[in-house]
Amino acid sequence: MSSLNEAPQIGRFDGIKNKLMRREKLTDTVFLLTITISLFITIYALAVIFLGDKGFGKIQMFFNLFNENAALIVIACGLSIVMVTGSIDISVGGSTALICTACIVCLNNYGFNFLTSLILALAIGLAFGLFQGILIAYLEIQPFIVTLAGMFLGRGLVALIEVNQIQVANAGFEKLSAARIEIPFLGDYNKKGIFLQSKLEYGVVVALIIVVLIFLLLRKTSLGRSFYAVGGNPQSALMLGINVKRTRFLAHALCGLLAGIGGFLYLFHTRSGSVQQATGLEMDAISASIIGGTLLTGGVGNIFGTLFGVLTGGTVLLIVTAIGSQDPWWPQITRAAMLCFFIILQSVICSRKRRKSE
Amino acid sequence: MATHDKTINHDRSRSIILSIVKHNIFIPCAFLTMLLLVNIFINPGFLKISMGADSNGHPVLIGNLINILSNATELVILAIGMTLVTASSKGQDISVGATLAISGGVVMRVLCGNETQPDSLHAPIIVALILGCLAGMACGAFNGILVSRFKIQPMIATLILFTAGRSIASMAMGGLKPKAVSSFGYYGNFIPGFPIPTPILITIGIVIVTMLTLKLTNLGLYTRAVGVNAKASSLNGLNPTMIKFLTFVVLGFCVGIAGFVQSSRVQTVNPYTIVPGIEMDVILAVALGGNSLGGGKFNMTGSIIGAYTIQTLTSMLMTLNVNTNAVPVFKAAIIVVLVVIQSSVVKAFFNKKMGELKSRKNSGKGNDTYVVVE
Repeated sequence: MSSLNEAPQIGRFDGIKNKLMRREKLTDTVFLLTITISLFITIYALAVIFLGDKGFGKIQMFFNLFNENAALIVIACGLSIVMVTGSIDISVGGSTALICTACIVCLNNYGFNFLTSLILALAIGLAFGLFQGILIAYLEIQPFIVTLAGMFLGRGLVALIEVNQIQVANAGFEKLSAARIEIPFLGDYNKKGIFLQSKLEYGVVVALIIVVLIFLLLRKTSLGRSFYAVGGNPQSALMLGINVKRTRFLAHALCGLLAGIGGFLYLFHTRSGSVQQATGLEMDAISASIIGGTLLTGGVGNIFGTLFGVLTGGTVLLIVTAIGSQDPWWPQITRAAMLCFFIILQSVICSRKRRKSE
Repeated sequence: MATHDKTINHDRSRSIILSIVKHNIFIPCAFLTMLLLVNIFINPGFLKISMGADSNGHPVLIGNLINILSNATELVILAIGMTLVTASSKGQDISVGATLAISGGVVMRVLCGNETQPDSLHAPIIVALILGCLAGMACGAFNGILVSRFKIQPMIATLILFTAGRSIASMAMGGLKPKAVSSFGYYGNFIPGFPIPTPILITIGIVIVTMLTLKLTNLGLYTRAVGVNAKASSLNGLNPTMIKFLTFVVLGFCVGIAGFVQSSRVQTVNPYTIVPGIEMDVILAVALGGNSLGGGKFNMTGSIIGAYTIQTLTSMLMTLNVNTNAVPVFKAAIIVVLVVIQSSVVKAFFNKKMGELKSRKNSGKGNDTYVVVE
C-alpha cells in the first residue's frame, strides 16, 4: 500500500495498478496451488492410514501412481495451456486412441520401429492441434464444437483403420516398453520377505521433464506470458501488442503436440489399441487442470498444480478400486463427481471475487 | 420498352430466387434433396414404399423412407430440445446420449425389476414413461443449474454427465441387461394391425405440441430474447437464469421421451452402447437447420428438417457398408464445414468479396443506363 501512497502522478498510477493486479493474480495461483498440494497429501495420507493393508502402505504404490498416469500428466499439461488462454480441447481422448491404433498397425505391419512410430504419433497429435488451432484462432469458431468434431473424427478414424482391439507385436518396441528404472534404496518386502526394489517406467521421466519444460515456458518466456495475458483479457492483450490470434493458435498447436507425446506414452504403457480406448481421457485431463487451480475462464493456472491434480485424481481412483466395490461404474462416477465439485467450487470463488471487486 | 420489361422480369425472378436462397430453411432442404438424389442414384428403388407383413403377419408399411422417418424420431425430439438450449445458453448439451441412456435404463428397470427376462411387465407402461421422463428432466435440471445458476459454460457443465451418464445408467439398471416382453415394443415398432410405425406418430405428436407451444406461449420469444442479449432481457423484466434452466429441463423431457422410444425399439438397453455419438448428430442437426451455434435466434423447422437430413445421411452410409464406429468421421467433416461457413470471419470475408463484385457490376450497369439514356 505504501507504494500506492507514494504515487503522486496519475500516469504512474496505471502501472502500479497493473502491478497490484498481477500480484493478486499470483497470490491467486499460489493459493490454489497450496489447496491442491495439501489436498493430495491429505488424501494420500488418509489412504495410507486407513487402507494401508490394501497396498497403500507400499512405496511401489506411490510409484505406480506415476506409472499409471504418465500419459495423463503430459496431456493435462497441454490442456492447462489451452485453458490458460481461455480455450478448451476435448479431442485429446480421440487423438490418443487414433495414435495408439495407427502406431500399432504401423509397428506390426509396416516395419516401423520405436523412433518412426514416435514421429508418427507426434505428427498425428500436431496435425490435430494445427488444424483445430486454425479453425479456433483464425476463423473464431467455438473451441468446443471444433474439438468435439476432432474427438469424433479421431475415434471414427480408429474404426476405419482397425475395428478390433489390437496389441503391439514388435519385439524392439516391447523390449523398450518393458524396461524399468530401479529406484535405489527404496522398495518393499513381499509376503515371503524378499526385498523388491521400486520400479519406475521411463515414460514417467519423460512426463516429469515435460512438466518442468512447460513450467519454464509459461514462467520465463514471452510466449508463456502472452498465454496468460490472452486468457486474462484478450482486449488488453491486444492493446499490449500481443498477437492474440497467433497466441491462441500456438496454444492449440502446443496442446496437440503434447497430446501426441501423451498418446505415445499411453501406447508405451498399455501396448494395445481399440476404438473405445482412452474414453473420458479428456475429462480426466480437464478435471486435473481444474483441480490444479486452472480457471476455466482463463488467465490463471499453474503446471505444478496440474501435476498434483492428476495425482489427486489418480489417488481417488485407486482408493475407489481399493475399497473393493465390484461394480464397474464407480470409478467413472467418482471422477465426474470430483470434476463437478471442483467446477462448482471454482465458480463460487470466482463469483465471490467478482462481487468483491464490484 | 420491351427490354425494360425484360429487366424488371429478370429482377423479379432474381429477387424470388434470392428470397428462396436466403430463406432460413433453404440450406437443410437443399442438403436433404441432394442426399435423396444421391440415394436414388445409388439405389433406384429408394423411394419405393410397399405393404409387407411383420413377423406376426400384421400388415405394415415397408420402405427406406419409412425406415428413415421412423429411425429419426429420437433425433428429431432431441433436436427440438437442443435448439432451445442452444438459443438460450449459447452452447450445447453434449450429455444427451448419456442422459438418454439413463432415462432408458430407468424405463427398463421400472418395467423389468430385478429380472433379466420377466414374463410380464412389473409396472404399467405409463408409469415407466413418466419415471423415465422425470429421470431425464432431473438430469436436465442438474445441467441447467450448473449453467444458469453457477454460470459454467454449457459444454463443460454437461461434460460431467457426458462421462458419468452411461455409468449411472448401468447403476440404475443394477448392472443387468433385462429384456422386456414384446408388448412393450409397440412404441418403438408397430402397434399390431396399424401399418404406420408408432415412432412416426409420436414424432408428429411431439412436433405439433412444440409448434403449438411456440405459437401460443412466450417460450420461444423469451428464449430468443435471453439468447440475443441476456442483460437486456433481464432489464425488460425477464429472468434469464430461470429461462436457461427451463430450456434445459425441456431438453431433459425430450431426452426422456426419446429414451422411452429407443428402449422400446429393441426392448432392451445396453447403457454403454445405446445411441452412440447421438450428441454429435443432434448438434449437427441444429447447425444444419440454419441455427447459429452461438445462440440467439432459432429456427425450429430448420432443426427438424436437419434431423431428418442427418438420419438420411446415416442410413446412406449404412447402405454403403461403412462401419458404425466410422460413421462419425463423415459427420465430423460435415460439421466442420458447416461451422466454417457459419463463422463470422468467413462471412465477413465473403460479404467483402460480394460487395466488391456488386460494386463492379453496378458500375457496369451504370454505364449501360447511361448509354440507354443517350
